[in-house]
Amino acid sequence: MEKVELEGICVSYGEHMVLRDLSLKIEPGQIIGIVGPSGCGKTTIARAICGFIKPQQGTIKIDGKTMFSHKDRVDIPPEQRHIGVVFQDYAIWPHLSVYDNIAYPLKKRGLPKEEISPRVHYALEQVNMVAYEKYMPSQLSGGQQQRVAIARALTSSSDFLIMDEPITNLDAKLREQMLVEIRILQQRLGTTIIYITHDQEAAMQLCDKIVILAPDGSIAQIGSDEEIIRNPANRFVFQFIGVSNFIPVVIDDGKAFFDLEKKIPYKSHIPGKMTGTKAMLGIRPMDIVFDEDSPVRATVAQAIFLGNMYNYFVRLPGMEIRVQQIAISENAKSYSEGQEVGLAFLEERYFEREDA
Amino acid sequence: MFSRAINRDLAHLEGKGGFSLDRLMIILCYVALITVVILPVFMILYYAFWDGTKIDIAMFKQVIFQKSNIRSMWNTLVIGVFSTALATAVGVFFAWLLGRSDIPMKGLMKFLFSIPFMIPPFLAAMSWDMMFSGRGGYVNKALMSLFNLTKAPFNINSVAGIIVIEVVYYFPFVYMQVVSALERMDPTLEESARIAGASQLYVIRRITLPLTIPAISSGMLLVLITSLSNYGIPAMLGYSQSIFTLPTMIVELMNRAGGSFEGIRQSAALSIVLVFIVSIALLVQRRLLTHGRYDIIKGKSMRPMLIKLRGAKYPLLAFSLLFLSLIVVAPIVMIILVSFVKAYGLPFLAKNLTLANFRRIFVGNIMVRDSVKNSLFLAFSAASFCLLLGTMLAYVIYKVKPKGGTALEMMAVLPYSLPGTVMAIGCILAWSGAFFGITLYNTIWIILVAYIARYLSYVLKSSSAALQQVHGSLEEAARSCGASHMQTLKDVTLPLIKPAMISGFFLVFLPCMRELTTSILLYGPKSRTLGVAIYQLRINGQIAPAAALSVVTITLIIICNNIVKAITRDKKRG
Amino acid sequence: MNQIVLEHVTKSFTTKSLGTVVAVRDFNLSVKKGECFSFLGPSGCGKTTTLRMIAGFEDLSEGSIYLGGRLVSDKRKNIYLPPEKRELGMVFQAFAVWPHLNVYENVAFPLKVKKRPHSEIKKRVALALHHCDLDGLEKVYPSDLSGGQQQRIALARAIVVNPDVMLLDEPLSNLDPHLRESMRFEIKRLQKEFGFTIIFVTHDQAEAMALSDRMLVMDMGNIQQIGTPQELYHKPVNRFVHSFLGQSNFTDVVIRDGKAFLKEDESNLLFSGTSLDLKGDYVMATRPNAIDLNRQDGYKTTILKRTSKTDFMEYLVSVGKGSIMVQTPHRNFFRAGDPCFIKIKDPAWYKPEKKDIEEERERRNTI
Repeated sequence: MEKVELEGICVSYGEHMVLRDLSLKIEPGQIIGIVGPSGCGKTTIARAICGFIKPQQGTIKIDGKTMFSHKDRVDIPPEQRHIGVVFQDYAIWPHLSVYDNIAYPLKKRGLPKEEISPRVHYALEQVNMVAYEKYMPSQLSGGQQQRVAIARALTSSSDFLIMDEPITNLDAKLREQMLVEIRILQQRLGTTIIYITHDQEAAMQLCDKIVILAPDGSIAQIGSDEEIIRNPANRFVFQFIGVSNFIPVVIDDGKAFFDLEKKIPYKSHIPGKMTGTKAMLGIRPMDIVFDEDSPVRATVAQAIFLGNMYNYFVRLPGMEIRVQQIAISENAKSYSEGQEVGLAFLEERYFEREDA
Repeated sequence: MFSRAINRDLAHLEGKGGFSLDRLMIILCYVALITVVILPVFMILYYAFWDGTKIDIAMFKQVIFQKSNIRSMWNTLVIGVFSTALATAVGVFFAWLLGRSDIPMKGLMKFLFSIPFMIPPFLAAMSWDMMFSGRGGYVNKALMSLFNLTKAPFNINSVAGIIVIEVVYYFPFVYMQVVSALERMDPTLEESARIAGASQLYVIRRITLPLTIPAISSGMLLVLITSLSNYGIPAMLGYSQSIFTLPTMIVELMNRAGGSFEGIRQSAALSIVLVFIVSIALLVQRRLLTHGRYDIIKGKSMRPMLIKLRGAKYPLLAFSLLFLSLIVVAPIVMIILVSFVKAYGLPFLAKNLTLANFRRIFVGNIMVRDSVKNSLFLAFSAASFCLLLGTMLAYVIYKVKPKGGTALEMMAVLPYSLPGTVMAIGCILAWSGAFFGITLYNTIWIILVAYIARYLSYVLKSSSAALQQVHGSLEEAARSCGASHMQTLKDVTLPLIKPAMISGFFLVFLPCMRELTTSILLYGPKSRTLGVAIYQLRINGQIAPAAALSVVTITLIIICNNIVKAITRDKKRG
Repeated sequence: MNQIVLEHVTKSFTTKSLGTVVAVRDFNLSVKKGECFSFLGPSGCGKTTTLRMIAGFEDLSEGSIYLGGRLVSDKRKNIYLPPEKRELGMVFQAFAVWPHLNVYENVAFPLKVKKRPHSEIKKRVALALHHCDLDGLEKVYPSDLSGGQQQRIALARAIVVNPDVMLLDEPLSNLDPHLRESMRFEIKRLQKEFGFTIIFVTHDQAEAMALSDRMLVMDMGNIQQIGTPQELYHKPVNRFVHSFLGQSNFTDVVIRDGKAFLKEDESNLLFSGTSLDLKGDYVMATRPNAIDLNRQDGYKTTILKRTSKTDFMEYLVSVGKGSIMVQTPHRNFFRAGDPCFIKIKDPAWYKPEKKDIEEERERRNTI
């Protein structure tokens, strides 16, 4: 049975429709990332599942139990949905000690005192914060506060958490560390986690499955990091995941041409992955290499040394593309501005062209 | 990020139609505000323009063009404008000295600046009066005998005297605003001007000063508004020479009227003039606050470069300390000295000193004993009511966000912009049997109602500032932990704003303890307050006992003030 | 010609809690005319203090500073030229554009201070605004502009007097990553146009390398290394510089006969090269992207972990009891557990670091 099932969810704020007929099934025991550019409605999904907003349409089920149904007029209040929530700003209550923060959900559930204490300790152990039980939140660092927030969410519900941008307010080093900790914790407890973020890199590192939302709130692709990197479903996903170049191509007389100011032949056969006669070629800067024998000629417009790589801006007739080369050693060949070069394309993809 | 705008849903989920906690609070807020704020304001308008049968503008015109009233309007404006200009100059000078120069003993000076805030203005005026009033003032007498003068060198019972005392009392308003702007200003704004080739002085003139103009003008307007509606200082200093300002004139008209309909109508009309003048100043202030607020506090926090005063350092220090001790320390010393003297006017010699004044005010003086009791009772109950009502209002306005939220807020802050005298007249008109036959006049309750109306906005401000700090996610976290809407309020929201509520309580309690402006109009035979008691002792020529009671009052205020500080500090640490 | 010369510049100050702290120690540097030179280091390393000494906002404790051949600071000779007389351009991290002046007045300020004729001011401001892509915004106030535009006002204000030296104090740190890249180009372009000498202070190594002709790395008040970005990246003189200029793997090895073996298992051959003529215990430093990960050739191992990054794949491969990080383009795809081979290219070798250096860094970090 699915952990969470959304069906036909519609949410709009005034005139603005944020989610339009969204359906999503989430399997138990996984970390599911919901990623997308800001304003795509990813937070709205989380809020709807938690019960903080009421969708205009649709059904929400958790563990097969209906939490919200527009049709059947069901709307379980948030406190009865049993979801652990971790907020971006931690939302640790500053007037309560670490212990009291974590014990709060148990007290609200009316557990006897002697049961609360061991469960709080267990939660503290999970996040390596046992020594801080008596501290006030203001005495903790950002990372420690975030751990308390996770522990509190775990006591609220150890099998289903929603995390909304939980590490965005931390610095880069801590973010990395928290990602690792969240993963370890999840694997140990088998918790289902919905992880909301705008950071595609964090999502790819952490999540078993990633739901990529397009700017209009529709689902662009669902898959593992491998599927998303190796088989991006469309141009949006390819662009969203990393730096990319897009070059219009056209097939003419059995050959493939760049369809720029003038037609530049780059392949003497029709690429296997391509369908139709017009397409948009998408390629990562790392997958373009300098090749003196290539028929595609271009001029280096800018060469920038960034340490781990050279970043080139290379001019084709009517278009500038980005090429990245790993700078392996000091003596490795580098290209200077104004130089003419040949370009070879290693792993190109084909997407639909708008004018096709 | 969970945006706050949608927070309303939290309450809506709870309320399944019918009656909810939030709805009850909204209704309570409206009822309370209409009773304590709208009725008095309405009554002033009613009396000013309604002669009992029809709308009547003639009386209003007549009041405005009466010679003595024009005189008092003129005095009000002169005092307001000059004391504002001078207070601004003094305030900016000290702000720059403490915020940007390397003058020593900054800590001591900052402490001295905070003292005027603790002493009620009419007490300070009384003390200055003891020093500089005509031939009787101690300092005047000393100077006359020292230099063999035939005339008193200073006359504080004049428009100029009132201006000087208001400057002395109000310049810290400007100082506070400007010094905090200077301290928070990003130092690179000044450094980049140095790099551009500008000298130190040029930078002060063209960069530092213009950047603090918003702070200066907001301090300035605060002084202007306070000065326009101030009653205590002109009453203490001007009454004996028949120098009236609008607030004192209103009280005078009210007293002369002796309850006659026509007299009350006249003071109501004059009140409208005063409100009109103050409103103009308030409108200017609002415009300035919304526009022209520069963002000068970004960037990494660095110590600003302090300007070396070099040779001018110690002369400036000596001048500042002298000035501050004259204006801050001298009045306090004066009051204390007079409180121990056998009779006002006797020199401060050991043989003339006595504790009799203290005995006289406490033993056998029912009026004084009543006044201490009344003030404590009024301060405590007004603060408690304001706390309840103000916090509820803040919650309704900022968390429940009903449709008429702005109307509620405007009603609550309206009395803040009304001079105390005007509010008092409104209360008299409203609670002398005008509605449901309720007559509170001459009882302590009418003072309580006036205090609540006047100081409600203080609690509203501190509680709503705190509530806005309580991010929606803190409440949502509680909901997702299994707490209902009510439990969330009790466990999370209220505890979080508790420190602000406590300081809001004292923000009302302290000014109530030293209130004079409204109580002077509202007191009855058994409901004198501390301020009224001191004022009456002073007017009746019992100056030494008045000084003794002042010392008691100041001591009470300082004790309460320290309690607040201790409480708020503890909360911050927790 | 040397535009900026610092000789034996030292800055120390005394605080109650820590005693005397040396913020900058015996700093010697000559920057050539027209050069773009970066100071790179972690926060608190003394780079900003050095810049502020050049600008004249901080006094020296020892040493001397020359700008364009003119002695501007010297403790011994008691020479100190105030900042307004040094004729520099400077851009700050927080932009420091004056909010009460509009764009035109901001940029005209340095010329007005110098009492230039009105017509000249007008012409030069227009030119500076044009170069910084601010045409048409003369009457606008800074608060109505974006962060990037505000920083361009600051740049225009600095170049309007045509200074010989431009001091940039983390000018890009308050901008979002996308803007940062385009502002970098902007600065480079302006330098080409006006030919000023740049001192650029930053904690971002990619930024420093992308912009500089030469740069230095500082740590704990001391210069660690001076050189071109390529020299510093590929031939770091010590472990600190190596790890500060990008990601690093450090592996303890024993070197015998031009072969490097794993320290913990001396039969495990990790690297061999003809040019390797060291002997004994060493730390091998490698860059994650200078390791060739493939399926047939090199040191045989397995993938421990795969992390997908936006621009590349990151793998942890097992080496002895530890691991080494390898970065490859997306097309070079492995799964965790896959067998693989790695070939290490151009490693650097360092003597094992002494404990006390780490302790000193620890102490500094607590400040």
